[in-house]
Amino acid sequence: MNIVAAYIMRSYKLLREEIFVLPGRTVVLLVCILLLIFPVISQEPFILRVLILASIFAIFAASWDLLSGFTGQINFGHALFFGVAAYTAALLNLNLGLAPWVTIPLGALVAVVAGLVVGVPCLRLRGTYLAFATLAFPLILIGVVYAIPNITHGELGIYGIDPLSGSRVASYYIAIPSMIFLGFIMWKISDSKIGLLFHAIREDEVTARASGINTTKYKLLAFCLSGLFAGIAGGLYAHFVKGVGPSTLELLLSFQVIIWAVFGGIATIYGPIAGVLILYPLTEFVLKRYFSVLSEAKMLIFAFIVLLVLLFMPQGLTTWLRDKTEKICPRCKLQNVAWRRKCRVCTAELD
Amino acid sequence: MAENIIVYGLVSSGVYALLAVGFSLIFGVARIVNLSHTAFYMLAAYLIYSLTSSAGLNLYLSIIIAIVTVTVVGTISYKLLIARVRQHEATTLIVTIAIAVIIQEAILKGFGGQPQGVPKLISGSMEIFGVTVLNQQLLTLGVVILLLLATWFFLMKTKSGVAIRSTAQDREVANLMGINVPRMEMLTMAISVGLAAVAGALVAPLFLLTPGMWAHPLVMVLAIVILGGLGSLQGSVIGAIILGFAENLVIFLAPSGAFLKTSVALTIMLIVILIRPEGLFGIRFEEERG
Repeated sequence: MNIVAAYIMRSYKLLREEIFVLPGRTVVLLVCILLLIFPVISQEPFILRVLILASIFAIFAASWDLLSGFTGQINFGHALFFGVAAYTAALLNLNLGLAPWVTIPLGALVAVVAGLVVGVPCLRLRGTYLAFATLAFPLILIGVVYAIPNITHGELGIYGIDPLSGSRVASYYIAIPSMIFLGFIMWKISDSKIGLLFHAIREDEVTARASGINTTKYKLLAFCLSGLFAGIAGGLYAHFVKGVGPSTLELLLSFQVIIWAVFGGIATIYGPIAGVLILYPLTEFVLKRYFSVLSEAKMLIFAFIVLLVLLFMPQGLTTWLRDKTEKICPRCKLQNVAWRRKCRVCTAELD
Repeated sequence: MAENIIVYGLVSSGVYALLAVGFSLIFGVARIVNLSHTAFYMLAAYLIYSLTSSAGLNLYLSIIIAIVTVTVVGTISYKLLIARVRQHEATTLIVTIAIAVIIQEAILKGFGGQPQGVPKLISGSMEIFGVTVLNQQLLTLGVVILLLLATWFFLMKTKSGVAIRSTAQDREVANLMGINVPRMEMLTMAISVGLAAVAGALVAPLFLLTPGMWAHPLVMVLAIVILGGLGSLQGSVIGAIILGFAENLVIFLAPSGAFLKTSVALTIMLIVILIRPEGLFGIRFEEERG
């Protein structure tokens, strides 16, 4: 009993000292809890569907951030990883009859290989050249998908593969915890030494190399990690919608992920997740149901919202909010609530 | 077969060249990746369609009105939207995508998704060396060559052109020399969008208009400018010729070529920049310039 009580005390202390001290972290915790208990409130299949897709796209957007936000290697063709994994999962399931829990990791593995394939040639390129070169990969693949319809079913896509799980609620409890778990892992990666090196590569690659960092290795690692997470999202997507079409490779999806990530705030991991969780349900059903907006106008309103928010918060939504509510301690570099006078750990004066 | 490849190749190279030169110009001068560039091209084509078929105006008059309107719209959107966020590279991308989406959705709402056609400016066709060429295609080529020469002359020989080129080379020094840098950038944006609008006016009678017609040229323009080298105008023209012909060769020669045309063009682009990372005419260490 003592052990249990000790663990409870410890987790309570952790909550109080690490999470409730910052409003941003409190909000993240509340959103996670709310998402996890949502089926208790409502089990309407359509809302659950929107939330499941939102959480899948949230993983995808965060994986873009891990590559492009942190290392600054802007990827215009991120749909490649998503589409490759989705097609791999669908083909394996359809032709070999493998179960989703096998096909999704295998799809993610293929996406990692795709990350290497894109990463190796792109190591010679930088900046805008890199961005436009990465754009080419998914579009080249789309041509191949159309050209071999007897394997990929061309324009129609592959349909009739196994669903993620038996019921909508069960799928919900696969997708939402995966999003929270993978998001947390990505955030941890970005907070680790690797994340620091990614930051260094973005800020000044030449200096990073001069400091003895093998930037080539870390850039490739960024491509592979990003491919891994995007691949998991792609596999989940294929099994959730029980099919995959060329739209998973299209330019629109590559642009969409950049819109979500930049709207939320890049180089944060939680920013892109917030961006998707706000924008995707908003365009898919909030506007339609509560503001009776026609579905033809939803893209228009989506574009206007993104435009207006970015004009006033050019760094993205969460970055703007973070700058308003948090201050960095000048001595120990820890985040503090903006209305504190002294640092919560080292009691240095906050300016 | 061969004559078709040459005729269609020349026409699409010409249109791509106009688009790519405009895109390259605004990128070189203001460092803005304007992803709404081809949306302005589409807007011009649709304006001509609506002015001729709905308002019943004369075709020449509607072309002039469309080009002027699109140029004004482009310049205003630069001043009000793009210029305000241009320090943030990623945000600029999103703002220009948002502008493109707004134009696309407005067109979808106004004209519907079905393809529309615009009457040809001059009808009939001509026989050149035994090849039948539509007069409209000849006109397109003529206008493209004329406009490219005019742009070259403007940039090389006039005072504003020199000011624009010096802004592209070094903003700060240009500013110190008394050049009004923001005004030069706005002028460049106007020229860039104007060229896109002319390209739109030229293709309106040749292609069918759909609200999604901006996506494919955008991909091609992005491929062309890095194939030719960012910020290099002659590179853009040569890149446009290479990819324009590559596309048409694939369409006419390869089985299921219409599906593979983009793949082949993009593969050529990738191979070239793998061998020469700065593109055919680009400057090495582009990032460290200006």
